[in-house]
Amino acid sequence: MSIDSAVIRRDFPIFGSEVNGKPLVYLDSANTSQKPNVVIDTMAKFMREAYAPINRSAYTLAANATDLYEGARAAVAKFINANNAREIVFTKNATEALNLIVQSWGRANLQRGDVVLLTHMEHHANIVPWQMLQQERGIELRWVPLTSDFQLDLSSLETLLAGVKVFSFTSMSNVLGTINPVEKLCAAAHAAGAIAIVDMCQSVPHAPTDVRASGADFAMFSSHKMCGPSGVGVLWGREALLEAMPPFLGGGNMISEVRLDGFTCAELPSKFEAGTPPIVEVIGLGAAVNYLTGVGMQNVRQHEIALSNYVLDLLQSRFGDDITIHGPRNPELRGATFSFAFRGIHPHDLSQVLDQSNVCVRAGHHCAKPLMKIIGANATTRASFYLYNTTEDADALADALDSASDIF
Amino acid sequence: MPGIEDLYREIILDHYRTPRNRGELPPPAVYSEGNNPLCGDDIRIYLDIADGVVRDVKFSGQGCSISQSSTSMMTVAVKGKPVTEVLAFVRRFKHMMTLTEGDGEVDQSINLGDIEALQGVVKFPVRIKCATLGWNTLLEAITEASK
Repeated sequence: MSIDSAVIRRDFPIFGSEVNGKPLVYLDSANTSQKPNVVIDTMAKFMREAYAPINRSAYTLAANATDLYEGARAAVAKFINANNAREIVFTKNATEALNLIVQSWGRANLQRGDVVLLTHMEHHANIVPWQMLQQERGIELRWVPLTSDFQLDLSSLETLLAGVKVFSFTSMSNVLGTINPVEKLCAAAHAAGAIAIVDMCQSVPHAPTDVRASGADFAMFSSHKMCGPSGVGVLWGREALLEAMPPFLGGGNMISEVRLDGFTCAELPSKFEAGTPPIVEVIGLGAAVNYLTGVGMQNVRQHEIALSNYVLDLLQSRFGDDITIHGPRNPELRGATFSFAFRGIHPHDLSQVLDQSNVCVRAGHHCAKPLMKIIGANATTRASFYLYNTTEDADALADALDSASDIF
Repeated sequence: MPGIEDLYREIILDHYRTPRNRGELPPPAVYSEGNNPLCGDDIRIYLDIADGVVRDVKFSGQGCSISQSSTSMMTVAVKGKPVTEVLAFVRRFKHMMTLTEGDGEVDQSINLGDIEALQGVVKFPVRIKCATLGWNTLLEAITEASK
């Protein structure tokens, strides 16, 4: 493996304590990730020693807080290779970022009959905001289906893209683990005259990201899945597009002028950051980005490919046909997120039994109900791995699965 | 952490493996659908009420061992009972699940029988919704039947 997880784990205090005398086997990072000391300490230190408002006041403490906040923005911009920090907008979470795009860009640019193309593997966050606009505007939604091996079926992509204004898709399925060919899909969207929106929540934490090279017009991801705190998400957009968009939320910070008869928007990115932002959280995200940069995102990706290889072999060799993994077999084509069905045991029951072994997995529909229906499951159990997970974690999962069979 | 044996009692696993009253009822029986948005489980309760008495009840749908067995045991308990007794029975059950139902008093003398085995669910608060899914759907079906 390209990184030493035993060393990495020492950076995460939660792995230093045991629950019921057993080590924590945390396999729910596709949901939310654990936090390293540097993130926790940076946030605590800022609150203890340097907390102040940003963008408002002239005193040194406030000026320094603004510098820290904007420093985090610059770090995020560099992390994803944005053109500049003005293209980075901090939101409450990635869901809010998608809603911002739909409500601002969508309402300004889409009329009745306009077509938005989505895929069958989208998270609810990339479905429901569009359906809300559909109810309001009468836009049409089209869907890219799946192949039997859990890839997007691109055989009819050209036909599906005909007349489309927006192609919005995930870079990696949070259920299947499938990694989509982002550059190819963005290029196809542009060839059809559509803009490309990429939900990067599952890929930014796990692999190098270059938004410029991706060809995307907008992308979003969440801090809490990439070792940062909850409460902040990131919207990235091409500057010209963000510039042309109307504001989303109105209030303080997003204006340059307010009169009784109207207002003028602030420059980017403040235009989209109404009100006091999550200052502490953004600074925490900056620390997370620096931490991940130190580890090396290519190393994280290599680690997860190696882990995927191990997990797929292990589950196959130990359980054979008793386990059905809903996702690609090739570790190069997938992230280390595994949704599965096991011996007919309901995922809720399975996750409850695994909890007895301190193995934390997600059970349910993973906020992707249309996809669940397509793969023919009401719910699945999902084990997702990250840079701090080891082959021992995979072994603990397999052992706990065995113990579940004894009960049911 | 409470022991898993508090949750998966033998009677519960028995109803899970061999559910009673599984199936559907044709009209004029009514049905209601309930689902647990947290886990995607869904359940359908078919109810045949005549002269204020539950003549027949069946259930269909998918769910975990707790939701399926709780619903199975519920159908056994309410079949043949007057609706007024069913409502008191549901109140008593939900009280055991630490929930209140309606304005009526909880009649502690009501014997829940096998259903007492579900008391262990209370130690796993996340699963209370699983245990009560079928019961809430039953209440909706009763409302549907009275329309």
